[in-house]
Amino acid sequence: MIPEIGHFSLILALLVGLVLGTFPIIGASTGNAVWMQLAKPAARVQFVLIGFAFVCLAYSFATKDYSVAYVAQNSNSKLPIEFRIAAVWGGHEGSLLLWALILSVWTVAVSFFSKHIPDDTRARILAVMGLISVGFLLFMLAVSNPFERLIPAALDGRDLNPLLQDPGMIFHPPMLYMGYVGFSVAFAFSIAALLGGQLDAAWARWSRPWTTLAWVFLTIGIMAGSNWAYYELGWGGWWFWDAVENASFMPWLVGTALIHSLAVTEKRGSFKAWTVLLAICAFSLSLLGTFLVRSGVLTSVHAFATDPRRGVFILAFLVIVIGGSLALFAWRATSVGRGGKFAVVSRESFLLANNVLLAVAAMSVLLGTLYPLFIDALGLGKISVGPPYFDTVFAPLMAPAVFLMGIGPIARWKEATLPELAIRLRWAFAISLATALLLPIVLGKLTPWIGFGLFLAFWVIASTAVLVLQRLGANPAQPLLQRLQANSRAWWGMVIAHLGVAAFILGVTIVKGYESEIAVKMQVGDVAHLAGFDFTFKGVTETRGPNYTADTGLIQVTQNGVERTTLRTEKRLYTVTNMPMTEAGISPALIHDLYASLGEPLENGAWSVRIYHKPMVEWIWLGCLMMGAGGVLALLDKRYRIKRNSKSKPSNEAEV
Amino acid sequence: MKKWVMMSLLLWASLLSTSLHTAAAEADALAQDPALEARLKVMSEELRCLVCQNQTLADSHAALAEDLRREIRLQMQAGKTNQEVMDYLVSRYGDFVRYRPPFNTTTALLWVGPFMLMLAGLVSLIVMLRRRQTSNTEASSDTPLSADEASQVKELLSKD
Amino acid sequence: MKPAARALIPLAIFLVVAFFLYRGLFLNPKEVPSPLVGKPAPAFTLPRLDDPTQTLSAKDMLGKVWLLNTWASWCTTCRSEHATLMEMAKIPEIHLVGLNYKDTNEEAQAVLTQVGNPYQLVVTDQEGKVGIDYGVVATPETYLIDKTGMIRYKKIGEITPQDVYSTILPLVKELQK
Repeated sequence: MIPEIGHFSLILALLVGLVLGTFPIIGASTGNAVWMQLAKPAARVQFVLIGFAFVCLAYSFATKDYSVAYVAQNSNSKLPIEFRIAAVWGGHEGSLLLWALILSVWTVAVSFFSKHIPDDTRARILAVMGLISVGFLLFMLAVSNPFERLIPAALDGRDLNPLLQDPGMIFHPPMLYMGYVGFSVAFAFSIAALLGGQLDAAWARWSRPWTTLAWVFLTIGIMAGSNWAYYELGWGGWWFWDAVENASFMPWLVGTALIHSLAVTEKRGSFKAWTVLLAICAFSLSLLGTFLVRSGVLTSVHAFATDPRRGVFILAFLVIVIGGSLALFAWRATSVGRGGKFAVVSRESFLLANNVLLAVAAMSVLLGTLYPLFIDALGLGKISVGPPYFDTVFAPLMAPAVFLMGIGPIARWKEATLPELAIRLRWAFAISLATALLLPIVLGKLTPWIGFGLFLAFWVIASTAVLVLQRLGANPAQPLLQRLQANSRAWWGMVIAHLGVAAFILGVTIVKGYESEIAVKMQVGDVAHLAGFDFTFKGVTETRGPNYTADTGLIQVTQNGVERTTLRTEKRLYTVTNMPMTEAGISPALIHDLYASLGEPLENGAWSVRIYHKPMVEWIWLGCLMMGAGGVLALLDKRYRIKRNSKSKPSNEAEV
Repeated sequence: MKKWVMMSLLLWASLLSTSLHTAAAEADALAQDPALEARLKVMSEELRCLVCQNQTLADSHAALAEDLRREIRLQMQAGKTNQEVMDYLVSRYGDFVRYRPPFNTTTALLWVGPFMLMLAGLVSLIVMLRRRQTSNTEASSDTPLSADEASQVKELLSKD
Repeated sequence: MKPAARALIPLAIFLVVAFFLYRGLFLNPKEVPSPLVGKPAPAFTLPRLDDPTQTLSAKDMLGKVWLLNTWASWCTTCRSEHATLMEMAKIPEIHLVGLNYKDTNEEAQAVLTQVGNPYQLVVTDQEGKVGIDYGVVATPETYLIDKTGMIRYKKIGEITPQDVYSTILPLVKELQK
C-alpha cells in the first residue's frame, strides 16, 4: 500500500510541477499577478509531495519490503538500518528520487528567502525550477519507477554493494546532489534574467549567496567522495579521473568561475554575459553528469545499470533544457549590456582571465572524458583516456589560474599597474621559489613536479600573506581585533578559501612526491620497516559483522621502540553477495597517514600485507574543508543578514 | 627473601623476553625482486583492467588482471624492456589497454586540444581587453540619467 | 565576429556534443575490436583434452580454414552459445577447434559429455597464457583463421545463428577457394 501511495504522490508532484512550471512564467510576461502568486504555494506543495514519496520509499527499505523491485535489488535483511536507508539512493531509480527531492528542497528554499526579489523575477525563477522537476518526475514515472512492484515478492534482497556499506554512502551522495542540483538556482536566476531582460548588479547580488551555498555543498561532496575512496578501496588512491568523478568536477570548476564572476558583476556590473553563461554551463554540466552515469555511454565504476531507452529520454531532456537555455542566451545576450569599464591590467581583467582559465580547464576535462566516445562514434577504434592523461594535462592547465590567485586580490579594481604589483609581490615570489627548490632537497628528493607544486602552493600562501598584512597594516594605530574586523567576512572567506587551495596543492604534491609503500609476507611477530617506523604483525583473528565474516589483522606501529598506534585491517566476505572487500587500517595525522591493507593468506599462517606511508595526504581534504569554510564564512557576511528593522548602520567594512 | 628472588627472576624473564622480542623475524618482501615489482607497479598503473568497470591493472583483483600482471612480470624477468612489454600488450589488446593514449593522428586533438584552447582563450581575452580600451564611446554607465531615472533614483535612495 | 554570432558558439558546441552522445547510446564502450585481425595467428602448442600426452600446434592447422573457440566449464555464456556451436558442427565446411581456457580437464570433459561435443578437437590452456597471446579478455571469443594462418575475423561474445549465416559461413567459403 505504502509504495502505491508514494507512487501516487509522485504523480501529484508531477501535476503540481506542471502548474509551477507554466502559470507563473506566463503570468510574469503578461503581468498576471494571480498566476505569478501560484509559484510559491505550488513549490511548497510539491516539496511536501516529493518528500512524502521519499519517505514512502525509505519506509519500504526500513521495513524490508521485498515486494518492491528496487528494494529487492538494493537491500537485504541483514543490512544494518543505516545502510538500508542509504540504499534508498544506492541505485538508479532511488537516486533520481533523491535528485527530485533535493531540487524541490532548493525550490522551496528560494520560495521562502526571496522576499526582496520582484514578483515577476521570482515567478520565473520558481517556474524554471519547476520545469526541471517536471523533467525528472516524468522520467521517473515513465521509465524509472522506484515503486515498481516485484511479483512474486523476493524472499530476500540482493544486498547493497559492499563497497557502499559505509558511512560515506550516507554522507557523500546527498552532499554532492545538494551541490550540483543547487546550481539549478543560479541557472534559474539566469534564465529569469534573460527572459525578463533585466540583468543588473541586483540580480548578481541575489543569486550570489545561493550559488556560493551550492558551491560549498559540491566542494564538500567531492571531498567526501575522494576521502571515502581513499579509506575504502584499500590502496590509498583518492582520485581516478573516472567519468562520473569528472562529471562532478566539471560543474565545480565552472561553479568556481561563476562565484568569481558574480563577485565582479555585483561590484562593478561587468561580466554580465559571462556570468549568465557560466551559470547555464554549471547546471548544464550537472545535467550532463546525470546523463553520463545512467546512459551506458561511458564505462565507469559509478555507473548505474543501463538501458538505451533511459539514455534517449535523458538526452532529449538535456537538449531541451541546455539547448533551450543556450539558445535563449544567444538571443538575449546582446541586450544584457556592458558594465563598468576597466583597464587591460586591473582586478577585473585578472578575474576575467580566471574565468577563461577555469572554463578551459573544465572543457579539457570534458574533452578527455568524452574523447573515447568521439573516436568510437567516428569509427576510429577504441581508446582509453585515464589518469596518466589527465594528470599530465590538468596540472599545467590550472597552474596559471593558481598563479593569478596570488595577484588578483592585490590588484585594484578598474586599474592597476604591473610594475606596482610586481614590487608588492617580489618577496612572495622569491620566497616561493626558494622554498620550492630548497624544501625538496631537505626532504630528500627534488623533481620538476615537486618543485612546481611546491612553488604554486607557497606562492599562494606567500601572496595571501602579503595581502593580509597589507590590509591589517592599513591603520596601525587601531587594535588588532578591530583591524581584523575591519575586513568583511566575505573577504576573510576568500582568504581562507585561497589558503585552502594552497593546502590542497601542498598535500597533493607532498604525498605524490614522497609517499612510499612495501608489500611483505608477515607471520605473527614479524616486523616490517617503512619510513622510520616498525610494523609488527600481531596476527589475524576471525570476526563477524552483521552481514559479513572477516579476518581481522592487527599491526602494532612503533618508532624507535615507542609505541605509536595499532592499525586494524580487515579482509571481509559479505555473505549475501559473496563479495570480498578489504578494510584498510589507517592512522591519520596531519603530518602523514600510516596505512595498512591485509592481503591474502599464505602458507604457514602468514599473510601478505601492504603498508603505505603517505605524508601530508590529509591536507588534500583539509584544503577542501578550508575552501568550504571560506564559502560558509562568505555566506555569513553581514550584507546577507535578513534585516529585522529597516534601519541598519552602514557598513564601513572593506569588502571583497 | 623469596619475594625478592621471585621479583628479580620475573624482571630477568621480562628483560629476556623483550630482547627475544626485538630479535623477532624481519618480514620478507612479498616479491622476489622489489625493484622489478616497482617497475611492474608503475607500468600496471598505466594499463587498463579489461574486465573491470574502469580500473587500472594495478588496482584490480580480477583473474585476468592477475594473469596479465603475472605475464608482465615474467617478461620483465626475461629481460624485456618496458617498451617491448607495452608493444606486446598493445598488439594483442589494442590501444584500449593503455590509459595514457598514444600520440597519433587520432589522438592529436586530445593531447593538443587543451593547450590550444588555453591559447585561444588567452588570445581572445587580450584582444577583447584591448578592444574595450579603444571603444571609448561605449554608452554604458557613463551616460547621464534621464529625468525619469533621476526621480526613480531619488525615490529608491529615500527608502531604507 | 559580431557579438550575436559569438554568443552562438556555446550552443553550437553543445549540439555537436549532443550528437555524439546520441550516437554513443547505440555503441558498446566495452566491445573492443581485436588488433590481431589481419595478422598471423600467434603460435601455440597445447595438450589435447582427449589425450593430454598428445599436443596440437597452430601450425598443424595450416592449409585449413578453421575456427578457434575459447570456452570454459565455468562460463555461462558459453553454455548458451553451445547450441549454435552444435549446429555449426554439422556444416561440413566448418572446422571447430576448442580452446579450453583456465579450466580443469575433468570439468571440461564432464561438460562435453553432458551437453555434447561440437569440436573436432579441444586443446587445454590451463594457465591462460595462450589466451593472453590471443588477446582473450573473457570467454567466449572465437577466431576465424585461414589457410595461411592469418586471423581473418574475431567474434567477441556469444556467436548467434545470424553471425554464422551472414558473416562466418560466407567468409569460410570464400577463404576456402
